[in-house]
Amino acid sequence: MTDQTNPSVTTAAPSPRPRAASGGFLGLTKRDSTLMLIVFALVVLAPFILNPFPEGSAMAQFNAGYPDLMQRFVIFGIFAIGFNILFGLTGYLSFGHAAFLGVGSYAAIWSMKLVTLNVIPGILFAIVVAGLFSLVVGFVSLRRSGIYFSILTLAFAQMMFAMAYSVLTPITGGETGLQIKNTDTPLFGGPTDGSIGRANLFGAEMGNSYELALGNWLFTFNLGYYIAAVFMLIAFYLSIRVFRSPFGMMLRAVKSNQQRMNYTGLTPKRYTLWAFIISGMYAGLAGGLMVAMDTQVGPERMFWTASGEVVIMTILGGAGTLMGPILGAGFIKYMENIISKINKDILHEWFAFMPDGLEDVMVSLVYPFIGKGWHLTLGIMFMLVVIFLPGGLVEGGQRIAAKFRRNKTAGDN
Amino acid sequence: MDQIIVQILNGLDKGSAYALIALGLTLIFGTLGVVNFAHGALFMLGAFCAVILSKILNISREVLVEGETDFLGNPLMRDVPVVYDWFGEAAGAAIIDWNVPLAILFSIPIMIGVGFAMERGLIKHFYKRPHADQILVTFGLAIVLAEVIKYFFGANPIQTPAPAAFTGSLDFGVWLGFDPLTIMYPYWRLVYFFFSALIIAGVFAFLQFTTFGMVVRAGMADRETVQMLGIDIDKRFTFMFGLAAAVAGLAGVMYAPIVAPNYHMGMDFLVLSFVVVVVGGMGSLPGAVAAGFLLGILESFASMPVVVDILPGINQIIIYLVAIIILLTRPRGLMGRKGVMED
Repeated sequence: MTDQTNPSVTTAAPSPRPRAASGGFLGLTKRDSTLMLIVFALVVLAPFILNPFPEGSAMAQFNAGYPDLMQRFVIFGIFAIGFNILFGLTGYLSFGHAAFLGVGSYAAIWSMKLVTLNVIPGILFAIVVAGLFSLVVGFVSLRRSGIYFSILTLAFAQMMFAMAYSVLTPITGGETGLQIKNTDTPLFGGPTDGSIGRANLFGAEMGNSYELALGNWLFTFNLGYYIAAVFMLIAFYLSIRVFRSPFGMMLRAVKSNQQRMNYTGLTPKRYTLWAFIISGMYAGLAGGLMVAMDTQVGPERMFWTASGEVVIMTILGGAGTLMGPILGAGFIKYMENIISKINKDILHEWFAFMPDGLEDVMVSLVYPFIGKGWHLTLGIMFMLVVIFLPGGLVEGGQRIAAKFRRNKTAGDN
Repeated sequence: MDQIIVQILNGLDKGSAYALIALGLTLIFGTLGVVNFAHGALFMLGAFCAVILSKILNISREVLVEGETDFLGNPLMRDVPVVYDWFGEAAGAAIIDWNVPLAILFSIPIMIGVGFAMERGLIKHFYKRPHADQILVTFGLAIVLAEVIKYFFGANPIQTPAPAAFTGSLDFGVWLGFDPLTIMYPYWRLVYFFFSALIIAGVFAFLQFTTFGMVVRAGMADRETVQMLGIDIDKRFTFMFGLAAAVAGLAGVMYAPIVAPNYHMGMDFLVLSFVVVVVGGMGSLPGAVAAGFLLGILESFASMPVVVDILPGINQIIIYLVAIIILLTRPRGLMGRKGVMED
């Protein structure tokens, strides 16, 4: 392992030291336990952290602490964590992962329509079905590597999208997708009064929220968000374990040199297939959670641009790092939901302190990059990251941190 | 019988577009070894060259019409395109009508310039990096280009009609002895087919019969030896990138009357043309062209009602299905060279 830019790789070098003596818990090293605790704290306190501005103030539009968006943060976080296990470790670039998310969504909604409105069976069913699909797609696609693998996964995903859109309409609802209707009669515990059933966890509805008003601030604690958050924490924990396990080492070996692996008598395909299935199941989990939070599915969820989005998330945050995918997912969803809402009037307000001519110039300079043009900013950032920061935002943060540390030691001398 | 001919004809124009884009992609891959995900965006830029030219030609000034008033009683003003002043009314109207063919001339220098800028400014730095990085950075570039176009031209498709002489359809069946009106084929699609055939022939002739083309082919086969002979192959490859961009751009210009240009048309075509390249065999120019036409025709056959009745939905997935089968059974694609990207 000579890759010094990536600390997660260097710390993963197998050492004979016993796990229990390393001071962590749940079989994690001390360092990973700290990371896990930080993520745990961030996720639990998200309603506070994401709502830093008081209600009604000019900055309130930057508050991201509303349930819908927080759910999206953690769900896409799960999706990206799973994608990272495949792409970050093995280097196989799949351009069709949204298909598994879509399959998981369809599985979950059918479970809710037919069996029970409880979300747990639906989510488990989504994971299993997505796992089966990824087994088949992965088994075939992994016969090739490099660009051919990308094209194969893309072709499978586009086929699944096209079929969900047209032929499979009886199962997928075609263009309109599927919703829970008042005609649905689940086997267990459906509504009896003819109303539209709602997703619940043993009776507690996903939409249940507790609102806490502190001074001018309003914090919302949503049950659906916390259920998704529990799943994300489990997913994150499992991904740490995968990264640190011998299996994770094998996946890195696939990335660095497959031929040598072959010569050593190991079968790379066995490991990559498992990585593919695991990441497919993560996508299925994300899809199931999406349905649990908002009980509807449409085929556009499987379109290849959705697969492209998870690729961008993972790389922007930092492929092959533990935190990267979560950061990337959060970053993109924040831009998509908050930055995209800024319009010209708001910009004029911001630059109101400037002289009139300069104000107009500033607004016309900034406007193309935010508001509806946020994709442009995203594209530019993505290109810059690919060109200059192969480790993504995480690597950027580490470089800055390292620079500060160096300055500090220089100052001490 | 007439149904089959109709389907072949329908497949030809789509196949021509696939073939042209795939040809450009293969030129870039075969010479520079770069997987260019931004090639669809070049196609889109080409289509917008036609839009830009039509906007330029329609720049107007207001002229007072003598002796007439509008419904409020004010003097009537009428917009008169500036080209009318330069060339006279009849010639000016003809120029505006022939906007799309004129855009060909307009787009060639622009697209070659864009190609040069892309290669020198960005792609050059990615020769030594893995294919995955190349895919990612060009994918990012494709997003940026699409968004820039969206910023200037909006999200809606912009109608760009063909010259009036080419509207309407050709009654192709009569020539072959069928009843009139059985096989109709729009004139412009016919023009598109011949145009792309011409371009493809031109590119092949350029590579086959000129010294420059010979050197490029030698460089594709064995880059190092050519360099050792003292030839600056990089410069020639840069030119080939410009040429590939121009081919994609021309494909886009001429496609503008068939599908009204919008900012994401590049992405729509990109996925399919990549499949075409892979089916044809990475790095094989004849393979790309053959696969383009083959898949275009297959697609239109698959959408015949008879076929769709037997296998519902086949028209949606046929191309991907063929791609998967070919990739798994013929690792090199239909006509791929030995040793080029076989893993």
